[in-house]
Amino acid sequence: MNEEIVEYSPNDFKSDQEVRWCPGCGDHAVLAAIIRALAELKIPKEKFAFISGIGCSSRFPYYLSTYGFHGIHGRASAIATGVKIANHDLNVWQITGDGDAMAIGGNHFIHAVRRNIDINIILFNNQIYGLTKGQYSPTSFRGAITKTSPFGTVEEPFSVGELVIGAKGKFFARTIDSNVHLSTEVYKQAALHEGTSVVEVLQNCVIFNDGVHKELTDRETRDETTIVLKQGEPMIFGKNGDKGLKLDGLKLKVVKLGNGITEKDILVHDCEENNPGMHTMLANMRYPGYPVALGVIRCVSAPTYDMSVESQIAKIQKISKIKNVADLLKSGSTWEAK
Amino acid sequence: MSKSERVIEREEVVIRFSGDSGDGMQLTGTLFSNTSALFGNDLLTFPDYPAEIRAPQGTVGGVSGFQVHVGQSEVYTPGDFADVLVAMNPAAVKANSKYIRDGGVIIIDEDNFTEKNIKKAGYEKDPIEEDRLDRYNIISAPITTLVRETLKDLGLDPKTVIRTKNMFALGMVYFLFGRDLEYTEEYLKSKFSKRPEIIEANSKVLRAGYHYAETIEAMTPIYKVSPASIEKGLYRTIDGNTALSWGFLAAAEKAGLGLFIGSYPITPASGILETLAARKDLGVKSFQAEDEIAGICTALGASFAGNLAITTTSGPGLALKSEAIGLAVMTELPIVIVNVQRGGPSTGLPTKTEQADLMQALYGRNGECPVVVMAASTPSNCFKYAFEAARIALEHMVPVILLSDGFLANGSEPWKIPSMDSLPEIKPPLVKEGDDVFIPYERDPKTLIRRWAIPGTRGREHRIGGLEKTVKGTVSYIPENHEYMVKMRAEKVARVVTKVPDLQTYGDNEGDMLLIGWGGTYGHLLTSVRELRKEGRKVSLAHFNYINPLPANTAEVFSGFEKLVVAELNAGQFIRYLRMEFEELKFKQINKIQGLPFTCKEIKEQCVKLLEE
Repeated sequence: MNEEIVEYSPNDFKSDQEVRWCPGCGDHAVLAAIIRALAELKIPKEKFAFISGIGCSSRFPYYLSTYGFHGIHGRASAIATGVKIANHDLNVWQITGDGDAMAIGGNHFIHAVRRNIDINIILFNNQIYGLTKGQYSPTSFRGAITKTSPFGTVEEPFSVGELVIGAKGKFFARTIDSNVHLSTEVYKQAALHEGTSVVEVLQNCVIFNDGVHKELTDRETRDETTIVLKQGEPMIFGKNGDKGLKLDGLKLKVVKLGNGITEKDILVHDCEENNPGMHTMLANMRYPGYPVALGVIRCVSAPTYDMSVESQIAKIQKISKIKNVADLLKSGSTWEAK
Repeated sequence: MSKSERVIEREEVVIRFSGDSGDGMQLTGTLFSNTSALFGNDLLTFPDYPAEIRAPQGTVGGVSGFQVHVGQSEVYTPGDFADVLVAMNPAAVKANSKYIRDGGVIIIDEDNFTEKNIKKAGYEKDPIEEDRLDRYNIISAPITTLVRETLKDLGLDPKTVIRTKNMFALGMVYFLFGRDLEYTEEYLKSKFSKRPEIIEANSKVLRAGYHYAETIEAMTPIYKVSPASIEKGLYRTIDGNTALSWGFLAAAEKAGLGLFIGSYPITPASGILETLAARKDLGVKSFQAEDEIAGICTALGASFAGNLAITTTSGPGLALKSEAIGLAVMTELPIVIVNVQRGGPSTGLPTKTEQADLMQALYGRNGECPVVVMAASTPSNCFKYAFEAARIALEHMVPVILLSDGFLANGSEPWKIPSMDSLPEIKPPLVKEGDDVFIPYERDPKTLIRRWAIPGTRGREHRIGGLEKTVKGTVSYIPENHEYMVKMRAEKVARVVTKVPDLQTYGDNEGDMLLIGWGGTYGHLLTSVRELRKEGRKVSLAHFNYINPLPANTAEVFSGFEKLVVAELNAGQFIRYLRMEFEELKFKQINKIQGLPFTCKEIKEQCVKLLEE
C-alpha cells in the first residue's frame, strides 16, 4: 500500500469548505492533528477515504480534501467496511462520536471491531449529543444532568476501551483533543496498524458539555490526572515523575516512587500482549483514584477480515475450474436440445 | 387391463409430492423434475413448505409439498390441480385433497394411516369417506413395510431404513411416467460418495418402488408425456434465486467490475447470498452482515469504492433498509436492492409468496425519493432482470429495487443457457484520473447522469453524503437549490425510460379485456389468457417487468381495450399506482392474499365474470 512515497504538507489535506464547528470546539484541534498525521503518512492522497455518520464530528469529511462519504446516523462502520472490502488498497477512516458509534451504531461498531476490518475509527467522545443540542449519550456519567435527564441519568455509561476489547478489539488508543502532538502520533499509529484501530478522543463540547474533560486537560492538573503510556516503558506519571502503577493482587495500584519503591517495581507497558486483562484495566482507569490512560493501550497483530477475503478468493481461484461466467452457466447438469 | 391399454398420452401432467417436512419431499420432487427435464419435457416447479424446519410430525401444519408441472409444450405454471398426489401420511392428504384433479391418482403409504395419524391430521375416522376420496384412483401401498423388507439384509439401523421411503414413492412415480432411474442413481452416487451403504439402500428401494408399481394389478394408467419441442441449444434447470445471482455475476463481468453482496439471511432471499458466497472463484466479495441495515450500508460503501454492489432481502428487511436507500438516492450511487417478496405485514408468512411490497418499493422512504423499480416474472428470467437492473444502476448512477417473490425464488424450470456474447456491454460513467476539477453532481445534459469517481483515482477526490448539496457538492440549505436537486433526481429516474422496452401484449392490440399483471404472476396470467382466447374470448395480456418508469407506450396499449383488469397477489397496489399514473382510465381488479399463487381456474372465472358485467 505504501510503495509510492509522496511528500505532502498539512495544507494539502484541507478542503475549500468553510469549517462550521462552534468556535472553541475540540473538533478543530482534532482536524489539525489528523491533517498533520495524513501528511506525515506519505500515502498518496487519493488513497484516503473518510467515512462518517451523523453528529458534529461527522461533518469531518467535508473539511478534508480526500475522498469522503458523509453517511447516515450510526452506519459509518458498515459503510467503511464495504469500502475497505471492495478495495483493500484504500486507507479507510471512520469519523464518529459517542452517540453515533455507541448508541445508534453500536451494533455495526462492535461487529466491525470483532471482524478486524482494517479501518481507523476515530471516536470523538464528549459525553453528550451536540448536534441535537444537549441530550445525554451512552458515555455520559451516571447522574449527568442534560436536557433529557433533568434529574440526572440513571444508567451506567459504556467505557469505550472496555467495549472495544470485549468485542475482540486488537487496537485501542486514547488521546485528548487539545494535545495535538500526542494525537498526531496516535492517529499515525492507528493508520499503520493492520486491523480495526479505535482511537477514543476525549473531546470538549464548548456549548453543551463544556469542561467535561477539564481535569485531564488543564495545565495545572493534567500531569497528575493522566498517564501517557509508551511501549516498553515503565508506567510512570506525575508532575515530578514520581508516581507509578503496579499490580496489587488482581488490581492496579498507584504508588509513589521512593521509600524503597524504585522504577523496577513499576509495571512496564506492553501494548502487544494478546491477553486483554491488563489493557482492560488500563482502559478503565478513571480519575480520581487513577490517572486516565492516554496513548496506545492495545496494539495486537491478527489477521484482518479484508486480507482474509482476498486470500480466500486467491486460493479458490487457483483450484476452481470455473474461470468466468460462461463456465459457470455450463457447469453441473445440462442437456442439449436438438 | 393390459399394459398397452393403460398408456395414456397427455400434453401435460401435474404431480405433487407431499409428506412430513422431514420426509424428503423437496428432494423427491427435485429429482423427478430433473429427470423430466433431461427427458426433454418443459416444466415448472413450486415447492410449498412450512416455516418450521421440523413442525410437529403428522400434523397438517408440518406438511411439505413440491409440485411439478411437466409438459410437451411450454409450461408456465406449476398447475392448479395435481394429476398425481403422493401423500406419505394422512396429514398430506388432508392438506392437499382439494388440489387433486377429478379422476386423479393418490399414492399413499398405508402403513402411516394408523388411527393415531388419522386423528392427528384432523380426520375423525376415515379420510377416504370424509374427503370423498373415492372420486380418485387410490393406490394404497404398504411403503414402510416394503422398505423394511427390501433392506432387511443390509444391517442398517431402523432410522436410516425409514428415511429411504421417499425413494420408494419416487420409484413408483417413475414407473407411472415411464421415466428411467439413471439420473437419480447418479445423483445418489455423487451425493453419498463416501457412504456406499446409503447409495445401495436408496438405489434398492428406488428400484423396489419401480417394480412394485409394475407388478401390482390395481395399477392405474401410465402417463406418457412426450418431450417438448423446444428451441435448440444447451439447457439446464434453474430456480429464481440462482438465476438472480448469476445475472449479477454476468453483469459484473460485462461491466468489468468486482461484485459485492452485503446481505443478512432472510427467507426466501437467503439463497442468493448462499449462491454468491460460493463464487469466490469468480472473485465475489460476499459479506454476511450483522443486520439488514449493515447489508445495504456495506453495499453502498462498496459501490462508493467502485464495485457492482447489491443487497438482497425480503419485505421486513426492505423496511429496515429504507433509510440507506434514501442515502443511495441522495449520493446517486449505483446499487441494486433485491426484495424477494413474501407474505406480510411484519413477519407474516415467511415461506409463502405475495406481491404486497410494491408500494413499499415505490414509496417507502422519507423525502422525495424515487428509485427505479423492476420485477422479474419467471424463475429463469430472474437472470435477465438481475442483469438489466445492474445495467441500469451502473449506467444511470441510480438505485434499483428489483422485485422477485417466493414463488419465483423457489420455483424452477428449464432454461436455455445464454451465450455471454449475446448480452449487452455495460459502461458505467467512470471518471479517469486528471487534474481538472471534478464536480460531483454535474450531469450529462441528456440523461442527467452524474459521473462516478472512485476512491483511488488521482485528482478526483470529492465528498458526497446524505445532506442536500449543490452541484459542486457543497452542503446547501438554499430553498431553490433543494427543489432543483429533488427535481433533477426524479427526472434522472424518469429518463431511465430510454432503457425500458415497449410493452408487448400477448394476444391482440385491442379487444374486450386487457388483463394486466406484473412480476411473478406471469405464468398463471398467460395460461389463463391463452385458455380464455381458446374459448373465444377477446382477452389479451399486458405484463409489466418495469414499474418505475413504466414503458413509454403503456397508455397507448391500454387504449385499445374496453376493460382493463389488474390481477395481483395483494389487496390492490399496482392498480392504485396505475390509477395515479393514468387518472382518466378505469381499472377493475382481481386480487388474492392467501400466500399462494393464483390458480388459472380462479383467474378465468373472475375474468369471465368481469367480461359479463
